[in-house]
Amino acid sequence: MITDTQLELWEVFMQSKPGANYIHAGSVHASDKSMALQNARDTYSRRGEGTSIWVVPASAIVASNPDDNDLFFDPANDKVYRHPTFYVMPKDAKAI
Amino acid sequence: MENKEQAIEEEILINFEKKIENGDSIEPKDKMPDGYRKHLIRQISQHAHSEVIGMQPEGNWITRAPTLRAKQILLAKIQDEGGHGLYLYGAAETLGISRSELIEQLHTGKAKYSNIFNYPALTWADIGAIGWLVDGAAIVNQVSLQRTSYGPYSRAMVRICKEESFHQRQGYEIMAKMMAGTKEQQEMAQDAMNRWWWPSLMMFGPHDSSSPNSGNAFKWKIKRHSNDELRHKFIDKTVQQAQVIGLTIPDKDLKWNEKTGHYEHGAINWYEFHKVIAGNGPCNKQRMEHHIKVHNDGKWVREAAEAHRLKKERQN
Ligand SMILES: [Fe+2]
Ligand SMILES: [Fe+2]
Repeated sequence: MITDTQLELWEVFMQSKPGANYIHAGSVHASDKSMALQNARDTYSRRGEGTSIWVVPASAIVASNPDDNDLFFDPANDKVYRHPTFYVMPKDAKAI
Repeated sequence: MENKEQAIEEEILINFEKKIENGDSIEPKDKMPDGYRKHLIRQISQHAHSEVIGMQPEGNWITRAPTLRAKQILLAKIQDEGGHGLYLYGAAETLGISRSELIEQLHTGKAKYSNIFNYPALTWADIGAIGWLVDGAAIVNQVSLQRTSYGPYSRAMVRICKEESFHQRQGYEIMAKMMAGTKEQQEMAQDAMNRWWWPSLMMFGPHDSSSPNSGNAFKWKIKRHSNDELRHKFIDKTVQQAQVIGLTIPDKDLKWNEKTGHYEHGAINWYEFHKVIAGNGPCNKQRMEHHIKVHNDGKWVREAAEAHRLKKERQN
């Protein structure tokens, strides 16, 4: 017995032109991956906004927890030697 | 126990308001006060329902559009509105409410949609007036909401605003063409103007002096401009456009205020506004019956799609 639902939630990522990053566009509902792709195209690319689309079941996405942000992202801040400005250049050397 | 819960809630509120104060955007997984979540669900779902119900008065004219060009434009415009509804349902769903619940709230009358769509589109000039005035008013509101504090809502607004300017222009083009046409066409355009002008002004909601609930909406940066501010913005730009094509604004009290740099409009008939909200507008019943019918008619399609998925899963 199949009950009436609004189908599964999928997240849509779109590449605006070849070579660009895939950026989250929004979400769609669909029963399977081919319907998700078609719905994503109809919903988020009516004016050539995309040249390529990824659809991902929303349930498969793992997101960081904002409550853990301090612990999770902080260690990066004290590693100043990861930035080029940390280094002393000899006076006459030109930057590449 | 209760004290502990209260303390947690207070801490959430303090951290949340600090973020809002900083101008940070709020994302779905961030802690937020219940009142914020509820306000957003109500506002975003009302907005989504309006986009979808708004397809009805215009859809009514697709088969009767006067030229193939006009038919193509109208189809594209209405398809956009369906898309806007979907962007907004998506944003509302990030707050923890399901699409089925949202639709159910619309069908039971718990959720509202914009009053304006309870008026009928009687002639082709109404399609011009809707695009020009109704979409024009919607744009003013949506541009302001691009900076709303809830990230998914704000992003949906940015996407919507990019698409809306064509809607307003195609409506204005219809009005301009009719005003450059025969006497009958001019009368038809003026008649549509007369019927849609006041309901369009009402789209911005009650006057600031009589909207007591907007306190938190401003404090939490859901709303960035007041109803009257937005209404004035709309009037200022629309009066000029009406004059250019020779349409008369159906408000004998309308006058330019040198000091404020804005137009002042005559009294709005709030009695009519409340009457229509209460369900007694010309098309309330028809709009809702149509939505429910289409929703029920689509049931077998959703069920078939599910059955197809299950069958394929079994085969793999
Ligand atoms: Fe829209
Ligand atoms: Fe629109």
